[in-house]
Amino acid sequence: MGISVEGANKSFGDFQALDDVSIEVPDGSLTALLGPSGSGKSTLLRAIAGLETLDGGRVLIDGEDVSKKPTQKREVGFVFQHYAAFKHMTVYENVGFGLKIRKWDKAKISDRVHELLRLVQLDGLAGRYPSQLSGGQRQRMALARALAVEPQVLLLDEPFGALDAKVRKDLRTWLRHLHDEMHVTTIFVTHDQEEAMDVAGQLVVMNEGRVEQSGTADDLYEHPANEFVMSFVGEVNRLGDHFVRPHDMEVVLDPDDRTQEGLVQRIVTLGFEVRVELVLSDGTEVWAQLTRAELQRLELREGQIAYLRPIQAKSFNGSSSSDSQGASTPPGSQDDGEAEVSAAV
Amino acid sequence: MSSASGRSHVGSGIVSRWSLRILGLGFLALLLVAPLVIIFFETFKDGISPPLDAITSPNGLHALKLSLLMVVIAVPLNTVFGIACALLLVRHKWKANALIDSVINLPFALSPVVIGLALYLLYSTNGGWFGPTLAEAGLEVLFSVPGMVLASIFVSLPFVVRETVPVLQEIGTEQEQAASTLGANGWQTFWRITLPSIRWGVAYGVVLTTARVLGEFGAVTIVSGSISGKTETLPLFVSKEFERFSEPGAYGASLVLALLALTTLLAMNLLKRKEDA
Repeated sequence: MGISVEGANKSFGDFQALDDVSIEVPDGSLTALLGPSGSGKSTLLRAIAGLETLDGGRVLIDGEDVSKKPTQKREVGFVFQHYAAFKHMTVYENVGFGLKIRKWDKAKISDRVHELLRLVQLDGLAGRYPSQLSGGQRQRMALARALAVEPQVLLLDEPFGALDAKVRKDLRTWLRHLHDEMHVTTIFVTHDQEEAMDVAGQLVVMNEGRVEQSGTADDLYEHPANEFVMSFVGEVNRLGDHFVRPHDMEVVLDPDDRTQEGLVQRIVTLGFEVRVELVLSDGTEVWAQLTRAELQRLELREGQIAYLRPIQAKSFNGSSSSDSQGASTPPGSQDDGEAEVSAAV
Repeated sequence: MSSASGRSHVGSGIVSRWSLRILGLGFLALLLVAPLVIIFFETFKDGISPPLDAITSPNGLHALKLSLLMVVIAVPLNTVFGIACALLLVRHKWKANALIDSVINLPFALSPVVIGLALYLLYSTNGGWFGPTLAEAGLEVLFSVPGMVLASIFVSLPFVVRETVPVLQEIGTEQEQAASTLGANGWQTFWRITLPSIRWGVAYGVVLTTARVLGEFGAVTIVSGSISGKTETLPLFVSKEFERFSEPGAYGASLVLALLALTTLLAMNLLKRKEDA
């Protein structure tokens, strides 16, 4: 079931949480709402579920305007960041809650609950209480509970936000597989761009209650619509009016007319990747991402002078010129891109 | 505290811990336990029959029944009201909440005698605001059960609210929201999620309400007129027996009151232990 939101507005007192937001979520897709805290992404998700009432605008699920429908009639599965486990019920009762409300008979509930517990790998913990589970297990239980009623759409509000890094990675891989199997239209909210790009096919980047850009992970990374998107979906250095990704910064020892001089302040080795931090003559701090091999070839040391050459850069002067500065330069034609960049930097 | 942790402390720590324990236990023993023990011994000083006879006298039995009747009427009413009021205070923020919040505390702040007097003035058939009208309708409030129920409700009103509000705040609304996404309507959410989540707060409030209703003296004295065998609850019976030097009756009835209070507390503890197991 596809979901669309049209012109959604919502404010909490003086705070404008949603400012004329419209999004399209295709049927069967896995979409991430990505943005910093306070960007309105959770409010938008909650409005889709009916947990917030919009001040203006509409929510359509499968073409039907559900704006006036109460939450319990929207048939959405919702997973909360802090699990919202029913503490006084066992895992079995939690997962079976929606079915009991729907007055399924006991045998059918039992079949369905056990099927879901197998799916989320909580088989054998049916009799436990939420307090006896780990965070990851609680969230899987919450997911099983949401899926039990076969919702039209699945909404996840920072589902892995309260979990530690390892569990988080496992769960997101697992969520992707689950989505591949079930094909239920899924929207999940996150502030973690890596998580969004890892899990979702489609991303909607939000900031200050507005949608900044939507598209695939590649679209956003390669053709960011503005400075905010560019810096939010990846690391970025600012050189004057231009923005350069650290891996698009070449470090050389011989200056030419396209390079800028910098003082190497710090060299941090993070496994395969090396982070070289430099200060330019105007005081700007930038960093370049190199490989170990490159570092060894250059024999860089902290405190020495090196030269930076941006391979590709972007500027967002004016609304339509976002891609003009060699943003889509293919690897084979680097020279054109560099020429434009060095002229501008 | 285990002996292992005791050894890891320096001497002065042990001293201060023991003096705290002695102070705490001594305070309890002197002020709470000793009076109860004395009542127990005084009651059975001349054997079991004098107090038993006094309590099973028609007036004694009637007082016991009337006290229990107050509990049976006032406690459920205050429980329903208390939960509804707590929900209003916590879940529906509006301007009048601060006012409601302080008004609910009134019965704690006012002396029960004042409460009794206020009810007396309101329902007096001789110039009270409501009294004459109600009397015309055939309802006698003062010196009869309705007035006593009103007084009992008044004095014990805040307990369920006060015990439920913090629990409601603590559980938050996420579980309720989760229930609604799973198809539960407001009523189903209340019965299946909210009420089970706040049940210990409510239960504690009910216990305190029960104890307060059983023990109420001041307000009930004034509105009931304390008519033996008619409008006399157990505390009023105790007081009257004591005034006419009928010690077995006074002590026996006191003991019954104390036992009722203990039973209420014990019942809650047992329930809670069963739940935790």
